[in-house]
Amino acid sequence: MFQLAGVTKSYAGRSALGPITLDTLAGRTTVLIGPSGCGKSTLLRLLIGLIEPDAGTVTFDGTPVTPETARPVRRRTGYVIQDGGLFPHLTARGNITLMARHLGWDRARIAARVAELAALTRLPADGLDRYPHQLSGGQRQRVGLMRALMLDPAALLLDEPLGALDPLVRADLQADLRDVFGALGKTVVMVTHDLGEAAFFAARIVLLRDGQVVQEGSPADLWNRPADPFVTRFVQAQRGPQIPQEAT
Amino acid sequence: MTRLAIAALVLLTGCSPDRAGSARPVAVGSKKFTESVILAEMAAQLARQAGTDANREDLGGTPALWLALTQGDIDVYPEYTGTITRQILQADPPDLAAALAAHGVRMSRPLGFRNNYALGMRKDVAAAKGIRYVSDLRAHPDLRLGFIHEFLDRPDGWPGLKPHYGLPQTNVRGMNHTLAYRALVEKAIDVTEVYTTDGEIAQYDLLVLEDDRHFFPAYEAVWLYRADLEDRRPGVVAQLRRLEGRITETDMQRMNARVQEEKANEGQVAAEFLTRTLGAEVSVADESLAARLIKTTGEHLALVVPSLLAAVLVAVPLGVLAARRPALGRGVLGATGVLQTIPSLALLLFMIPVMKFLLDEGTGAPPAVAALFLYSLLPIVRNTYTGLKGIPHSLQESAEALGLTPWAILWRVELPLAAPTILAGVKTAAVINVGTATLGGFIGAGGYGRPILRGIDKFDIPLMLEGAIPAALMALAVEGLFELAERAVARRP
Repeated sequence: MFQLAGVTKSYAGRSALGPITLDTLAGRTTVLIGPSGCGKSTLLRLLIGLIEPDAGTVTFDGTPVTPETARPVRRRTGYVIQDGGLFPHLTARGNITLMARHLGWDRARIAARVAELAALTRLPADGLDRYPHQLSGGQRQRVGLMRALMLDPAALLLDEPLGALDPLVRADLQADLRDVFGALGKTVVMVTHDLGEAAFFAARIVLLRDGQVVQEGSPADLWNRPADPFVTRFVQAQRGPQIPQEAT
Repeated sequence: MTRLAIAALVLLTGCSPDRAGSARPVAVGSKKFTESVILAEMAAQLARQAGTDANREDLGGTPALWLALTQGDIDVYPEYTGTITRQILQADPPDLAAALAAHGVRMSRPLGFRNNYALGMRKDVAAAKGIRYVSDLRAHPDLRLGFIHEFLDRPDGWPGLKPHYGLPQTNVRGMNHTLAYRALVEKAIDVTEVYTTDGEIAQYDLLVLEDDRHFFPAYEAVWLYRADLEDRRPGVVAQLRRLEGRITETDMQRMNARVQEEKANEGQVAAEFLTRTLGAEVSVADESLAARLIKTTGEHLALVVPSLLAAVLVAVPLGVLAARRPALGRGVLGATGVLQTIPSLALLLFMIPVMKFLLDEGTGAPPAVAALFLYSLLPIVRNTYTGLKGIPHSLQESAEALGLTPWAILWRVELPLAAPTILAGVKTAAVINVGTATLGGFIGAGGYGRPILRGIDKFDIPLMLEGAIPAALMALAVEGLFELAERAVARRP
């Protein structure tokens, strides 16, 4: 779905990313992982043209992503950031329906879509008319996800969506998110720094370090066939209750 | 953007550059001292006798009145012959009427009294120093002199008097005429200029120094009117000329004293005189305090509301532009900041020729509205800029990631998020605006400034408060209203 070919990006003369060549799996979940500053969030922003590459091309569904084409690409892509990125002056419903109202959807269509999404993301019914500061962290993320899904996009990008949540809420949301992704069958690209979370979601993990892809593969590949000593160190630094076994 | 602002101002103030010539009321000008106001009242009342509507405008000094007369902002005002020759024409032509006709102005015959310039002192101070003549002042270089600003500028005032007599005094201050009398009585100054018809000369028992070297010319009161008034309103001119030779010096002194000492209304004093002398049945609307307050409040709002609305319409887009284009933003913030450093009175006076040029309305409300508009820009521009710049980057990115257009982002996300800050800026502008609008009294714009300035001129404290208290209350009310609005906006966090 998303393709990067020879993409580089630098800030103030310091290379932040690349050159990178990468494909995302259509209809599956790709997780970008790596230490802070490895370029994973930069990569995600490049995909929908929030920043422009210095060199190389980004394409979405075969179309190059440029300042001219970025807007249609963004409308076909949902984007969720840490803590939801909700607009504080709008209620949950106002946030979710902002884009549909801008596009002139009629009320009935909007109401039906909101009801459908609320059921899908399991947002409590009374949450819709609250302002973001009146919602819990987990509810804010559910609203952020509803906003991202409102136009029924082809792809979903998530930047550390669960980073700010406590462990129990986080585990609930992880389960719900994975169900949603599975049910919708959308192309998902998620950024996290938590290998356990990456393994939970990912069909494929892309491990980045200093703007370069260090290893790309299934979770089991990273555990069992680390490409270099950094991968080994990164895997061992993640303490979790589960050690994934190699698939037979 | 400038053209837009002008268009907005024209729209909001309802001023049209096209002025209906004959339908408009006769405009009578006056200087800012009691005698001139009384005479202007008489002119307005006589014009009404002729069956037309008439307005009175207090316009300040001679140059402003002469300009207003020659440009057609006013039709008539009372003037003095000495002022015409020494200050206006700066020449002593053998045929004064012909010299004025060259400017499209005509002069009536003298109204009867002279109001000469003279120097006045307390009798006890003068006696102690042995002063009787102006030339005696040469022997006392340490005397403290206080004159009105116009006297300090006029060739027939201090700049001519000083070399004519060789006067050595250097301690010379400019002050308001009424305050100069108070200062003289309280011995804060030793000498001031007086007008020989001033009621205060008798009231304070002052010594008028003899002009032993004949510097001061004769100042005979006359009407100056536009030549075209005679064609447009012959009846008005005929009415005005009924006063020729009818006002004696004693009459004028008594009328001045009635206003200055007894705080009588100028219009009332003028009407009494016209009834007594001409048998004219003039009636003066003796407005109640409530009626006056309603009128000045209406006038004040007519200055504040259009200027503030126009400022919002211009300043918010400027603030958006400043936030979008940092280089331009520094320029915009700098320029509006410089406007704010111009003293408000100076900005007001500067707007007179500007509005004369743009709208052909050099006096009254338009220049005041224009100055208030410029003055209101900075707080709104700055707060719009600050409000937009303060929006977290993550929210801007979220809006972009949704695929909204830049306009939709501005309209649906950024401006609502910046609204509390912008509103605070509008509040600041509004409160400053209400206070600054009182200065409009200096250029005949009406509002609360008029009773304040008239009160200062007459040393009439209740009259000053009639402007000052409502102005303060309006500022408080504006502040309260905006706080309610801010709370309503803040309810949506």
